[in-house]
Amino acid sequence: MSDISFVRKDMLPQLPPPSSSIGFVGWLRSNLFSSIGNSVLTVATAGFLYMLLSSILPWIVYGIWDADSLAQCREIFAERYSDGREYACWAVISDRWDQIIFGYSFGNLNEGLYWRPILGLILILVALSPLLYPSLPRSMYIATVATLFLYPWLIWGGSIWGPLTIALCIVSAVYIFRFASRFMITALAMPLAVVAGFVLLGMAFSPVSQALNSVAPIELQPVPSREISGFVLSITIGIVAIVASLPIAVLLALGRQSDLFIVNKLSTGFIEIIRGVPLITLIFVATVLMKYFLPSSFNLDPVIAVMVLVTLFTAAYIAEVIRGGLAALPKGQYEGADSLGLNYWQAQRLIILPQALKISIPGIVSNFISVFKDTTLVSIVALNDPLGISAGIRSDSDWNGIVWELYGFIAFVFFIFCFSMSRYSMYLERKLQTGHH
Amino acid sequence: MLLYDSRYRGITIQVFVLFLVLSAIFWLANNAVTNLAALGKPLRFDFLGDTASYDINQRLIDYKSTDSHGRAVLVGLLNTLLVAFLGCITATILGVAGGVLRLSNNWLVSRIITVYVEIFRNVPVLLWIFVCMFSLTAIAPQPRDFRGDDATASMLLNDSVAVTNRGIYIPEPLFSRPLGDINLGIFNVSIELLVLLAVLFGGIMAARWNNARAERIQVDTGERPTTVWVNIAFIVVPALLVLIALGFYIGKPELKGFNFKGGINMSAPLIGLWLGLTLYTTTYIIEAVRSGIMAVNKGQTEAAFALGIRPGRTMRLVVLPQAMRVIIPQLISQYLNLTKNSSLAIAIGYMDLVSTLGGVTLNQTGREMEAILMLMAIYLTISLLISGTMNWYNNRVKLVER
Repeated sequence: MSDISFVRKDMLPQLPPPSSSIGFVGWLRSNLFSSIGNSVLTVATAGFLYMLLSSILPWIVYGIWDADSLAQCREIFAERYSDGREYACWAVISDRWDQIIFGYSFGNLNEGLYWRPILGLILILVALSPLLYPSLPRSMYIATVATLFLYPWLIWGGSIWGPLTIALCIVSAVYIFRFASRFMITALAMPLAVVAGFVLLGMAFSPVSQALNSVAPIELQPVPSREISGFVLSITIGIVAIVASLPIAVLLALGRQSDLFIVNKLSTGFIEIIRGVPLITLIFVATVLMKYFLPSSFNLDPVIAVMVLVTLFTAAYIAEVIRGGLAALPKGQYEGADSLGLNYWQAQRLIILPQALKISIPGIVSNFISVFKDTTLVSIVALNDPLGISAGIRSDSDWNGIVWELYGFIAFVFFIFCFSMSRYSMYLERKLQTGHH
Repeated sequence: MLLYDSRYRGITIQVFVLFLVLSAIFWLANNAVTNLAALGKPLRFDFLGDTASYDINQRLIDYKSTDSHGRAVLVGLLNTLLVAFLGCITATILGVAGGVLRLSNNWLVSRIITVYVEIFRNVPVLLWIFVCMFSLTAIAPQPRDFRGDDATASMLLNDSVAVTNRGIYIPEPLFSRPLGDINLGIFNVSIELLVLLAVLFGGIMAARWNNARAERIQVDTGERPTTVWVNIAFIVVPALLVLIALGFYIGKPELKGFNFKGGINMSAPLIGLWLGLTLYTTTYIIEAVRSGIMAVNKGQTEAAFALGIRPGRTMRLVVLPQAMRVIIPQLISQYLNLTKNSSLAIAIGYMDLVSTLGGVTLNQTGREMEAILMLMAIYLTISLLISGTMNWYNNRVKLVER
């Protein structure tokens, strides 16, 4: 029996994969029904999804957009559906969307003040573009700097020469610093420039801005901070907090990484205290306690006070993000800076911080998202953020009793903002990762 | 010169910074003292002894409106801890389940979890708390709907749980032969609970002794005796005996008059806050669990399979211990966030620490400075305690798995 009867000499042609593992059926089998447990899970989930959507979707889709009050909405429903079913009364949104977005401060659509927050938002997008797309020319940073002064002017109104005078003082402080650092070390030149800047501001602000205004009166109708409301308030608090907190956060992060004992302990203590208390207590400090901590002659605006405390809160969190960025840098970067003979501030400015800040951007963006969401807390101290405005709308007799439509709309707007920012931060994270490894 | 000599420069800068910070603090404190003195409100905490004269409907310890503000603050603190504790537990359970499901190869399930995560984490938590609160008060039936023969609402789980728009009523454990309470000065502790805890603790210690014995036998003979049944018996049987001896029974809530009586009442704000915080924090825990599991190198799983370890054990013995190193720090910060977010209770009227100390007590006594400083100090203590405990645990996990 030693003779082998059959040996295949040539290859068989390849067969196509079985029809059950390709195409739509194959996809279904491998992704939804790969095992009995998985099939049960799929069916249960699909059933749950169907129940959820079948109760919510009609409510959204069959809602009406054209009515004057909730009572009228109900009349229309009673007329249209004899079984007494009710759907969303989106009319409240078409009636009041402008209040929720722009607040009470910029009048109504006809008075035409809406261009101010809209232009502000566009300016912010332009200002962010060099950060978002690093391929853009660096001269775009001029727009970023300009927005720092134009956005507050657009929101608060008044004379444009006020912000410009402040900008002038800052520019002169920078030049004083440059000039002074030729003669003395940075540790001495920086406080000197800061003090000089403040002195300049204190002395020159009102005479210069008034003089310039009398020459070329460029003024917008002023808006008291108390009246800034709606999403404009949320965005303004968020932007101010992030922009103002960045320099503080950089200093805190450097302080926490520093070898100087007292500086290190002060920064750590500040960061831990701020991170250990809820934001609402800090907002209470802003609205209730700030007036005690300042001289009694000082007339403090509650919105400004909230912005200051939210800025400190954000600074503590961003400081931790930047500290992570500093710690993530390879040690060789610090040693390289040392071997070039750079001093501490030169090394930080030219080598360490640009890289550390770059890897911290995703963390900073996600912090911005959480600050933006946290601005809803100001409704607790009776500032009119979107939630505060929704309470106001509900107390109107026309819309008394409406809840879900308002919350749905506000949630939707928040979702659009936060979701797009989080996607952007994820994109950035991926891009930075490939750039580094 | 002090600045140009690098030996002294650090010290000079530090002294200068310290001087600046101290003078800023001094300036603020001085302003506060002057302003408060001008208002005739010196910084004193004696208002905590005054009569509170407001009611707190949700409480863990006895409290009447004739009690002091200090006791009201204690009730509020316990309420904060209660909702934080409940929220952490449910968020952890849901988050771990969701994190595993999000990585499942079932397309539909992982997509739905993704959509849930994106929707809930991109909308403010305060909004979710409002939504949960209003869902309960608007959709759940009123207590009177449970009454009569043609009741439109009915109780769940064999007439033991009632979901109403005033809150959820659940059964309470009762004893027909109670042992009474011990007065600890601040609050009473029921002796039954202490006895039960002691017996359970004894059972667990006995089970541990049993495990150690099994370990010894395994080392000596190579065969490990089955411990699980003995362990269960050690823990369950004595506890059951104590329960029978004390005459344990379940007190169901019953409709009397306009409301339910008996049982444990979890008020609507508590449920709303708990639900809102849970749904929001769960999304972050899902992400933490997912990133933790994904951070474990795939080679680890493959090596475990190559050694012939079954998938369940691979997850438990190889993947999870390594994933924990990534998950636990994130979990800690989420617990901290949840505890801090529970301060939003004031927006829906749950009487937590902020609503009592920073709300009613502050408004009644007008002691803003003292109340808010105390509030911040208490939250800071809680935060430091949580992060301290968790860091200790984290270090232990780290050492064990190296």
